[in-house]
Amino acid sequence: MQLPLGIEVPIPTFEQFVFIQVALLTAVAALAVVISRNLFHSALALTLTFFGVAGVYIFLEAEFLAVSQVLVYVGAIAMLIAFAIMLTRSMMFGRTSPLNNQWGKSSLFAILFFSALLAFARATPWPAAGEEVVADEALIGQLGREFVTTYVIAFEVLGLLLLVALVGAVMLARDR
Amino acid sequence: MVPLSWYLMLAAFLFSCGLYGALARRNAIAMLMGIELMLNAANINLVAFWRHGVGPMEDLTGQAFAVLIIGLAAAEAAVGLALIIAVYRERRTIDVDELDVLAG
Repeated sequence: MQLPLGIEVPIPTFEQFVFIQVALLTAVAALAVVISRNLFHSALALTLTFFGVAGVYIFLEAEFLAVSQVLVYVGAIAMLIAFAIMLTRSMMFGRTSPLNNQWGKSSLFAILFFSALLAFARATPWPAAGEEVVADEALIGQLGREFVTTYVIAFEVLGLLLLVALVGAVMLARDR
Repeated sequence: MVPLSWYLMLAAFLFSCGLYGALARRNAIAMLMGIELMLNAANINLVAFWRHGVGPMEDLTGQAFAVLIIGLAAAEAAVGLALIIAVYRERRTIDVDELDVLAG
């Protein structure tokens, strides 16, 4: 079967077929984020992208990450962005173009960068996918254990960083 | 089994979209959205290499990295949006082209 971009693939299995749907949804939503003229539509498309990425994590058998993605990105970050858009409403329906005057160079650079990454991803002989290992709940427990043993310093520093960032955010956004 | 390169291509597309958004949009919030897209693309790569890498699946470094990045992105969004709101209060605009006080 011939996909766009000249990728020769055998007839996809059911899992691959579903992955293509999820990936297309994610990609189209991501494109809508940067193309949409209405900032609020961008925020909604961004939420859809976050959901799509959570779906990709499910395919990768990283269930904990999928749940965290929905909790943190969809629940917190998308909400924050929506609030910020509404608080700075005057920019929502811009009188001028939403793009600055370097959008031509930026799009060219982005397209070139994408082509280079695509060429790398296709040309590199990645290690063939190993035997089908099904990740189970034990991995989530182990992830928790690793966070209090191997990665305890990174974990604590991240906690401190979040605390400082949130206090700093309150200080910055406070009405003086 | 979905091949590793498909994940990488999806991540490359997300990253390029985010790059374009961060470089070309005037609105500071739209720029932040581009940065979030790029962080998500990096996360997909980390988890995909964890799942398809040569190491055993019990070695959870890739997932641990991704969790840390999600936490980092939350902090970044909180501070970034607070900055944007503070700037809006001060200047009544969040068009990054007009915020040129520090430009030489």
